[in-house]
Amino acid sequence: MRALLRTVGELSVTAGLILMLFCAYLLWGTGAYTQSQQLLLQRELEERNAGRLARIELGEAVALLRIPKLGRGYRYAVVEGVDAEHLKKGPGHDPASAPPGKVGNFVVSGHRTTYAAPFNRLDELERDDEIIVEAREARYTYRVTSQDIVEPDEVEVLAPVPGKPDIRPIRAFITLSTCHPEYSAAQRLIVYGVLKKTELRKE
Amino acid sequence: MYGWIWRKLPGGTGAKAAWAVVLSAVAVAVLWYAVFPLLEPAVTLDEVTVRR
Repeated sequence: MRALLRTVGELSVTAGLILMLFCAYLLWGTGAYTQSQQLLLQRELEERNAGRLARIELGEAVALLRIPKLGRGYRYAVVEGVDAEHLKKGPGHDPASAPPGKVGNFVVSGHRTTYAAPFNRLDELERDDEIIVEAREARYTYRVTSQDIVEPDEVEVLAPVPGKPDIRPIRAFITLSTCHPEYSAAQRLIVYGVLKKTELRKE
Repeated sequence: MYGWIWRKLPGGTGAKAAWAVVLSAVAVAVLWYAVFPLLEPAVTLDEVTVRR
C-alpha cells in the first residue's frame, strides 16, 4: 500500500513538472521556430525587391511590418495565409482581404503569447500611431484610428470597410487582429488603421 | 518508482547521480523536441483570427 501510494505521488509530481515544462515550451520554445522562419522570410523579401511582381503564394512573404511605437527593432515579415502553419511563421495576411496599400482592408493576424508573440503589445497602440508596411512596390504608412475587442465570430471587422460590410471601400484600411485577453481564445483584440502615406520604391 | 530506478543505476553514488542527470536531460529533450510539438496544435490558447 505504501509503495503504491509513493508511486502515485511520484507520478503526480512528475506530471506536474512535465506540465510546467510544456507551458515553458509554449511560451518560449515555440518562438525558436518563428525566429528561424522569419530569417528566411525576411531574406526572401530582400531578394524579391528587384521589382518582380509575381503572385504571392500561400506561405510566402508579403511585406515587412514595422511598428515604431513597439520599438525601433520591431519588424516582422508578414506571411501569406492565416492557417495555423502560416501563423507559426509570423503575422499572417488574410488572402481574402486586400493587398497592402490597396483600396479595401489589409487584414493581418498574429500570435499574442506563443510563436514569438509578434502581436503581444498590440494593445499599446493608440490613435495616430504609425504602422508601416514595406511591400515590394512601395512603403505604406498607416495611421491607427481605433482599437476594439470583439467576439471571435465578428467577421464584420474584416470587411473592406471595417465594421461596415455593405459599403464599398474608397480608402485603404489596415486591420490587425490577435487574441484577447492574453493566454485566452475568448475574444479578439482588433486595431484599425487607415492609409496615410505611400512612398513608391525607386527602381 | 524513482527509488527503483536509482537502485538499477550502475556504480557508486557519484556515478548514479551522473546517470540521473543524463537520463533526466534525455527525457526533457525528448519531450521538448518530439512530444511537445505534437501536442501544441491541440492547445488553442492563442487563437488570433476572426472567422465564422
